[in-house]
Amino acid sequence: MGSTSKTATTGGGRLAALVGWIDHRFPMTKLWKEQVAEYYAPKNMDFWYFFGSLALMVLVIQILTGIFLTMNYKPSAAEAFSSVEYIMRDVEWGWLIRYMHSTGASAFFIVVYLHMFRALLYGSYQKPRELLWIFGMLIYFALMGEAFMGYLLPWGNMSYWGAQVIVSLFGAIPYVGDSLTEWIRGDFYISDVTLNRFFALHVIAIPLALVFLVIAHLMALHEVGSNNPDGVEIKKVKGPDGIPLDGIPFHPYYTVKDLVGVGVFLIIFCAIIFFAPTMGGYFLEHANFDPANSLQTPPHIAPVWYFTPFYAILRSVPNKPMGAALMGLAVMLFVFLPWLDRGKVKSIRYRGPVFKFFIISFAISFLVLGYLGMQPATPLYTNLARAFAVVYFAFFLLMPWYTSIDKTKPVPTRVTYHAH
Amino acid sequence: MRTKLLVLVAALAPVAAIAAGGEVRLDHANVDVSNNASLQRGAANFVNYCLGCHSAKYVRYNRMATDIGLTEQQLIDNLMFTGERPHDTMRIGMNPDDAKRWFGVVPPDLSLVARSRGADYLYTFLRSFYADPAKATGVNNLVLPGTAMPHVLWELQGVQEAVWEGHVDAQGNAQKHFKEFQLATPGKLTPEQYDSFVRDTVNFLEYVAEPAQLQRKSLGFPVIAFLIFFTLLAYLLKKEYWKDVK
Repeated sequence: MGSTSKTATTGGGRLAALVGWIDHRFPMTKLWKEQVAEYYAPKNMDFWYFFGSLALMVLVIQILTGIFLTMNYKPSAAEAFSSVEYIMRDVEWGWLIRYMHSTGASAFFIVVYLHMFRALLYGSYQKPRELLWIFGMLIYFALMGEAFMGYLLPWGNMSYWGAQVIVSLFGAIPYVGDSLTEWIRGDFYISDVTLNRFFALHVIAIPLALVFLVIAHLMALHEVGSNNPDGVEIKKVKGPDGIPLDGIPFHPYYTVKDLVGVGVFLIIFCAIIFFAPTMGGYFLEHANFDPANSLQTPPHIAPVWYFTPFYAILRSVPNKPMGAALMGLAVMLFVFLPWLDRGKVKSIRYRGPVFKFFIISFAISFLVLGYLGMQPATPLYTNLARAFAVVYFAFFLLMPWYTSIDKTKPVPTRVTYHAH
Repeated sequence: MRTKLLVLVAALAPVAAIAAGGEVRLDHANVDVSNNASLQRGAANFVNYCLGCHSAKYVRYNRMATDIGLTEQQLIDNLMFTGERPHDTMRIGMNPDDAKRWFGVVPPDLSLVARSRGADYLYTFLRSFYADPAKATGVNNLVLPGTAMPHVLWELQGVQEAVWEGHVDAQGNAQKHFKEFQLATPGKLTPEQYDSFVRDTVNFLEYVAEPAQLQRKSLGFPVIAFLIFFTLLAYLLKKEYWKDVK
């Protein structure tokens, strides 16, 4: 690709000369065009398509606020809890930075769950987007690790006991379990050593992996192109100029559209930060305002809400290794969706009633399990969790069957779009 | 007649920390951290009655004074007794080892107690001490049975006794339920005065648990107003651009 033609687009003068100078040495204009200005996205992307760009924005918020928190946080068992209170009270705007980060953690999971559900609705994981989906799942796993490690850092009592419970799950692995938990903690119990290494993993190792995975996710997306609510491949119908007829440049059309999504998101995000930063104990748990105490458990140990669907599955199984295995499976099964789905269509718009039934019951089971995971494990709740766990797994494990027998509707060759 | 009944119910209700199946029903503290007069009374109560044994080690005196509307001189004259400097935090002289020997436990730091336990818990706790000769301190507490804390405020509240009612359950075991408190010895304050004394103190603890809440709530409105304006502009911009998309 020559660079001479690109200078023309930016107008004359010194700026154009500078751009030309850079383009001779680095593919700046080329990258901008390929990834943004001449990346053609389907024109019919709906509400559900806001959450990808929002997830990217939350990642940036987390990294920026994280940098400033790190400037005042002390990763030691003796000082961690006090240093968080120091941030909350004595650091200029420290409370705002901390609440942005703690609210950002929950917001990240909300947008990522909605982003993933969009993929389920419109079959975005199907061929040719299997790798795109797998990169996305790796991002989700990294995010779970990131959230878990980060939750230990305030060194509150729920941090401490939450980490204790989750690390002990690895002890359920036969033969190597005990050595493995000791290796993770670096000690015989959750201690200063554990806090220190979780800090290292939380502030550099996992964020670095996350950023690389996000780049890979976006590269894969821009290679295969975005799916859309109709599940139609827009690249199949191109104009004489080689541009998909149903495609519009990402910039400016989707940049301005995503800006609206950003605005709405920030209104909700800031309402939480300024008026309900603990969200009644769901985003910041009450017991975490007591410092870590290895001799006293909180009255009721529950992970933060984004892990509770899986926690409910874990608790519903009487046998601990089995419970841990099922919980792991519940998380991992998403990865196999591209191969579990035998449907001939992508989007829910053209799927049959059986798929609709299963996806709705899956969504309900995920929410109910999330609720049950926060509640004490009474016999009634445990039995409910078992029932909904069955529904949860049925969505995945019966998928090869119900997607192949389902009556699908004919898919149009072009996307459906009504100009407004 | 009906009014009388309502008054009776209202009079009985406040202390109704009813033990139903072990769970204590908490009374509403109704605190308001924007009420400076209440916060100032609460600060005085706190330094006079709590700060002997309980620290609030994350709370800086001068920041607290500014937040609740006191000058530095007012702070030094009214709230500081033992030679701390205004930029110090609220620490105590009691040695933790001594505390452990005297009380069995080290009295917890109260900086964050309103966030970990909640204002309603504290409000109910401080009003639920009752005479119990079996205990070393002579009192027990309905909210935290067996608490090591003596009833520091007994002079103000007086001594109340717990009235229990019993019944025999289906298994034939005798069950004891808390019915109500009865004031055996009146204190310096009337029950209403005592409730408001506790409310002010809890209000102060609520503020102390998160001093930033004063800033955050007032800053929230302009931020949200700006974002609504921004979103409106973004929406109009989007509409303008998307006119070309057919």
